[in-house]
Amino acid sequence: MNNISRRRFIQWLGSASALGALGAPSLALPNSKARIIVVGGGFGGATCANYLKRFDPSLDVTLIEQSKQFYTCPFSNAVLGGLYDMDFIRHDYAKLQSKHHIKLIQDKASTIDPVKQTVRTTAGRTLSYDRLVLSPGIDFRWNAIEGYDPAASLIMPHAWKAGEQTVLLRKQLHEMRDGGVVVIAPPANPFRCPPGPYERASMIAHYLKQHKPRSKVLILDAKDQFSKQTLFQDAWDEFYPDIIEWVPGSQGGRVTAVDPKHMTVTADDERIKTDVANIIPPQLAGDIAHRSGLTNDQGWCPVNQKTFESTIYKNVHVIGDASIAGKMPKSGFAASSQGKVCAAEIVAALHGDTVGTSSWVNTCYSLITPDYGISVAAVYRLSDEGIVGVKGAGGVGPRDAPRSTRRMEAIYAEGWYRSITADIFG
Amino acid sequence: MKQKPWISLAAFTTCAALILPATALATDYRPAMLANPCAGCHGPDGDSPGSIPSLKGLTADEIASSMKAYKADRRKGTVMNRIAKGYTDEEIDLMAGYFSRKP
Repeated sequence: MNNISRRRFIQWLGSASALGALGAPSLALPNSKARIIVVGGGFGGATCANYLKRFDPSLDVTLIEQSKQFYTCPFSNAVLGGLYDMDFIRHDYAKLQSKHHIKLIQDKASTIDPVKQTVRTTAGRTLSYDRLVLSPGIDFRWNAIEGYDPAASLIMPHAWKAGEQTVLLRKQLHEMRDGGVVVIAPPANPFRCPPGPYERASMIAHYLKQHKPRSKVLILDAKDQFSKQTLFQDAWDEFYPDIIEWVPGSQGGRVTAVDPKHMTVTADDERIKTDVANIIPPQLAGDIAHRSGLTNDQGWCPVNQKTFESTIYKNVHVIGDASIAGKMPKSGFAASSQGKVCAAEIVAALHGDTVGTSSWVNTCYSLITPDYGISVAAVYRLSDEGIVGVKGAGGVGPRDAPRSTRRMEAIYAEGWYRSITADIFG
Repeated sequence: MKQKPWISLAAFTTCAALILPATALATDYRPAMLANPCAGCHGPDGDSPGSIPSLKGLTADEIASSMKAYKADRRKGTVMNRIAKGYTDEEIDLMAGYFSRKP
């Protein structure tokens, strides 16, 4: 792009004799229409594209997303619980195009050339950018659990990317006999949506309690601790004491192998027969990130904690689950919050400005029953050690909160969902 | 786009030619940076489509006094007591001003 940013141009304009400058016939307006490509239309990418245009409507913003429709992971557990149907969690990019004038390319970005500043797609397009934002989400470490590969996921769904996998898991729950066992196997940290497996256990238990009350949910966990643990366990004791059982990693919970043909999972050398197996495998940054050399040896993308620019390649920003964002969890809310900060940083940089304050929020609700919700929240700032939560703020809701609070948090959970999806896609 | 941090170039050049010094253009991102995450629960520009209270239509004073009451636990909420403690009073005023200026 033209190196003369708008602001510098204007400063220059201000320092020149304004009328004379405007009257000079040789003076053309600089072409400051920077090209920004955003890869991935989930919580991070769609928010960033949207907010780039909010900060500077003159920018040329292109969103590359392979799917026509986006099914959110948030509230997919409530779909499994029978509270909503798939339509509720389905969103599209129509308004981002019509209202915010973002160009949508329905294609899969396959790799980048950080030197030429181009993105290649699987359909053979090559697109050049001034700034690139990658929000590729996660991919799975296939075979990290022995036998768990893409084919196995069609029998033992992960349902950790919403859509067909959600539908498959729901179908299996519907077809399961009363008295069956549903295994949920959450991975070790870090992974997408830390409280997600436990909300899922709650929502599946809610469904089973009504329709197949002799059934069980067995959580075979790779970890010994999990997000909002006390609040979850208190609620399980109250609502699902005979349904949910949690086995921590150190007590035989860690799943090391699966056998989809015989519907068994192996934990602590013990083969457990199961009716439905929801295997949530270990994860890493989405495909394009590691194929483009943007990841560290753990498989995640190191970024400048203020701008989310990759520490590996210039002018490439990585946001959302794929990025290493200090103490922020890999959540939809966090990704969206990062998308806004990244958008501001890019716009400021293009205009030779600086963004003074960096501030992020994460608020996350989990449903235990349709009328009982719990939450965790944090406000994040930049410190010498990267992004950290503000001390004395945030945290999980109080353990002794009255029933009215739990009820309000269930109501607010849905309110949050409606707000954030309107903010991103509306 | 009713409100944007960037004055359109065409409009600006006209103004600049007449009166404004160049320094007037520096954009203050602070209020937007503090307030943008709020939209995640309170909706775009604080206009909530669901059960969470809207900030739209409230005065700066109403928003700020509410936030400060949550921060000091003088008002009991759900997540807001925990979130409000993440901001200084000055930041709360900036955020409140930001939302009150939304049409």
